[in-house]
Amino acid sequence: MLAFIAAEIPRLFTIYNVILLAKAAVTTLSLSAVGCVVGLLCGTLLTLARMSRRRSLWPLKALAFLYIEIMRRIPFLVTLMTFYFGAQVLGFNFSPLEIAFVSTSVISTAFVAEIVRTGLQAVKASQIEAAEVMNFSVWQSFWLVRLPQAWPIILPPVFGYFVLFIKDTALASQAGVLELTQAAKILNTKGFSASLVYATVLLLYFVISYPLARLGGHLEKRLGTARHSRSRRTV
Amino acid sequence: MAQLDIRGLVARYNDTTVLDGIDLAIDRGEIVSLIGPSGSGKSTLLRVISGLLRPVKGTVSLAGETIDYGDRRSLRRARNRLAIVFQQYNLFGNMNVLRNVMVTPVTIKKRDRREVEAEARTLLEKVGLGDKLNAYPDELSGGQQQRVAIARALCLKPEILLLDEVTSALDPERVGEVLDTIKLLAAEHMTLLIVSHEMAFVRDVSHRVAFMAEGTIQELGTPEQIFDAPRIARTRTFVSRILGHRTAA
Repeated sequence: MLAFIAAEIPRLFTIYNVILLAKAAVTTLSLSAVGCVVGLLCGTLLTLARMSRRRSLWPLKALAFLYIEIMRRIPFLVTLMTFYFGAQVLGFNFSPLEIAFVSTSVISTAFVAEIVRTGLQAVKASQIEAAEVMNFSVWQSFWLVRLPQAWPIILPPVFGYFVLFIKDTALASQAGVLELTQAAKILNTKGFSASLVYATVLLLYFVISYPLARLGGHLEKRLGTARHSRSRRTV
Repeated sequence: MAQLDIRGLVARYNDTTVLDGIDLAIDRGEIVSLIGPSGSGKSTLLRVISGLLRPVKGTVSLAGETIDYGDRRSLRRARNRLAIVFQQYNLFGNMNVLRNVMVTPVTIKKRDRREVEAEARTLLEKVGLGDKLNAYPDELSGGQQQRVAIARALCLKPEILLLDEVTSALDPERVGEVLDTIKLLAAEHMTLLIVSHEMAFVRDVSHRVAFMAEGTIQELGTPEQIFDAPRIARTRTFVSRILGHRTAA
């Protein structure tokens, strides 16, 4: 069996197939990157809306709350299909890839918003009070005091989520998006060994997600642990 | 004219009245200490003065200007003139000692960075932390953190300094170093409103002492009057109990 698979390797890695896999890997990477970046930006904005104490922002706060609570409870595949068929019903002519971009961003925003909220709320209220009595504005207090202290708390779960999220993008294949899992299906249908094809895709998923996990670890260490790991001076 | 003039101040947490008609006037350079049992409203009074809790009735005036707690500009002006040192220090955990002291004068008050840095270094030297400029709060002992908090408050050049139980979170051996720092301020004739359970210290530095209970000032007088000849039974019981404990300890 192994000899059969080994013999199939040169046949699988033809230029055409390598281009197919590379294109699929770029799509997976793009879906993940867009999901991560949009999730982080919109998730943070949504959290700020949710945590706002201004009365005038109450409707926005309620919307943010509903969005986060609902979207976190819906499976990614269901969201994807809802957008896919919803767009068709409403007469929009979006490609499956565009639908996948929107779906990943929508889901990622909800999850990241929740992680950012718990991180921001972990900063002691007394820190904010100290800033307040020293005449920091709400934004100055957020940028100078709250956010820098929240990042080390937010980053580990956010990067953990992003790594999981890369794997979730495989579900976009259900809408016909040519990402890694879909490429594996195509190659398998063409008669290549399923073991070889999926092992190749497995390696590609690892190559995409491992640097992200390392980056998360590095940032976490740099923003949080590094400062605290210095020898504590007793007085 | 009093530097700080509090009249008929009433404050509530939800439905509970925590300050019930406080009248207190403090002159420039005067040191007034608030003593009393836990929950008597001492710390709450400092929170109300600094605008962390809005009063429901009464007025607070700083050098004749009444603070309108509902008006952001008025509150901002008042906060520019006073500083508070918290029981739990509340140093910014993401900033080193020097930045903790400099951040407000430079970033918020827009003062010249070099000038502020020179002042901050001098102040930290004065409180005995000139060698800890780059340390982060979690690398310092409680006493050191509290001294940084005092230096931070002083760098704001406040007209009046509010000190909220600044020694209560410290080990007994660290209390002395903070009290010595406050004595330095007292020697410089700074206006201080102190909440403290350190009776010997209160007696030593204060010009007047106010005994608080149930959200009101029950008795106000010189330290000798409050500690040696209290007029009301409540003060007498509190003082004798506290001093008795201290003696026994």
